Amino acid sequence: MHKRVTFDDKLLPYMLLAPQLFITVAFFLWPSGQAIWQSLVIEDAFGGNTRFVWFANFERLFSDSAYWASARITIFFSLMVTLVGLSIALLLAVMADRTIRGATAYKAFLVWPYAVAPAVAGVLWGFLFNPRVGIFAYWLERFGIEWNHQLNGSQALWLVIFAACWNQISYNFLFFLAGLQSIPKSLIEAAAIDGAGPGRRFWTIMFPLLSPTGFYLLVVNIIYAFFGTFGVVDALTKGGPGADTTILVFKVYNDGFRGSDFGGSAAQSVVLMLVVMVLTIVQFRFIERRVHY
Amino acid sequence: MIENRPWLTVFAHVVLIFGVVLIAFPIWVTFVASTHDAPTMLRSPIPLLPGSHLIENYSLVLTEGFAQAARTPLWKVLFNSLVMALGVCIGKIAISIIAAYAIVYFRFPFRMTAFWLIFMTLMLPVEVRIVPTYKVVADFNMLNSYAGLIIPLIASATATFLFRQFFLSVPDELTEAARVDGAGPLRFFRDILLPMSRTSIAALFVIQFIYGWNQYLWPLLITTKEEFYTVVMTLSRQANVVDGVPQWNLIMTVGMLAMLPPVLVVIFMQRQFVRGLVETEK
Repeated sequence: MHKRVTFDDKLLPYMLLAPQLFITVAFFLWPSGQAIWQSLVIEDAFGGNTRFVWFANFERLFSDSAYWASARITIFFSLMVTLVGLSIALLLAVMADRTIRGATAYKAFLVWPYAVAPAVAGVLWGFLFNPRVGIFAYWLERFGIEWNHQLNGSQALWLVIFAACWNQISYNFLFFLAGLQSIPKSLIEAAAIDGAGPGRRFWTIMFPLLSPTGFYLLVVNIIYAFFGTFGVVDALTKGGPGADTTILVFKVYNDGFRGSDFGGSAAQSVVLMLVVMVLTIVQFRFIERRVHY
Repeated sequence: MIENRPWLTVFAHVVLIFGVVLIAFPIWVTFVASTHDAPTMLRSPIPLLPGSHLIENYSLVLTEGFAQAARTPLWKVLFNSLVMALGVCIGKIAISIIAAYAIVYFRFPFRMTAFWLIFMTLMLPVEVRIVPTYKVVADFNMLNSYAGLIIPLIASATATFLFRQFFLSVPDELTEAARVDGAGPLRFFRDILLPMSRTSIAALFVIQFIYGWNQYLWPLLITTKEEFYTVVMTLSRQANVVDGVPQWNLIMTVGMLAMLPPVLVVIFMQRQFVRGLVETEK
């Protein structure tokens, strides 16, 4: 889409674009290029010689069992964050959509978690489940479940999943609610007159009409789980115990910044770049399509 | 309401109340913890009702800070967070609105190239280019500075797209009328387009303020001096001290103060918040 009426000025548009483009190139594109370059070379321990090695860093990365373990954890983590988060948000949105008067009041409470930083969410949930003083850990113990996410890897992973879901719930809820409220009431009334009960109406009318929103949220949540949850993990488990909650973004940070394995970290960066590119393209292709609905 | 089914309405309210309690519970526990003294918070089970040490805890943390991870008074740390959040959100809005103006209202070579370059920032979150971005910031001598905390984050494809979308919806007749009256491009931007963009700017402000305040990985990378720490990273450091007994009452006081500004923004600007959330995704 283009404007019919424009201004003529040779220099001005470039000046207006300069700040945005400068920052884009200096802090986004150039470092990304650097990451790609570094993934293809090996540097001496003393930083003197760099040798171009083609895909040797990637071969090393893909033959590393720790990397595959981290990839598996990330996939499980992302699936669970997406499924659990979307299910709870959808349930709450459907219920809020039913209660006409209450919806705004409930909404006011359900939007809070969005404002809480992922790292703060991590600290909060870590405190709730703290093996020594956490209130949830205490209750679980009374039910005979011993909770210690500092020692038990699968408990740690589930805790990170809960914290990440909690942090994202407002976003999912608001989009589902908006999607539900945009469904024409006449369709639902027609179904009701034909004798369809609330459950049937939900599965045959509302759920299919909600699928564009649902699919959009699916992609956004996968992106969130892959890239937005660094703070949750770092504040809650630091990737531990062992490497049981080391998701891929945490591994890039850990290997590159703490471990100083630049080639390996750069190769990991490039893999993640490909992931986020594919997801972003899917997201945008989909939004273009949705416009025609 | 399509039909009257009282039991279903009751059920809906029960589910929602349960949901709200579950969502609000972590925040409640944090608040309660920030109102007790340290020994109480080390005896399990911890209390679920507020205690009497609220003022004591908050004034201690704000004016003196507490030992273990960082001893900076928290008001300084909160000030850093505020500078960063405002810098990021004002910077993003300022450079995005002029970039969108250039792309929509001018015809020039490489216009679409510029558009796609900006678009690419969407695909390159900090998390995938940690080490080289750190190096660039170090080369610019921006480690441990407000400039380093703010400037590298203010490129924004979403904000540019939002303003582009809005400008495209502005009728051409307005531009024509302005040109007939002899207004140049800068005058048109300042006197007509900018006032018309008020609601979009407000919506973006809310979203980007939260974004800036809640940054974690970025300040973690480029600050090594305590005087530039932000409140979110201070909280995470204090909650993860390895040695010594954690002072949960004070840690959770920091937690409350770290959450308060963005939560207040969401509560008091809820309309703009929801609008911003929905619009930045188009």
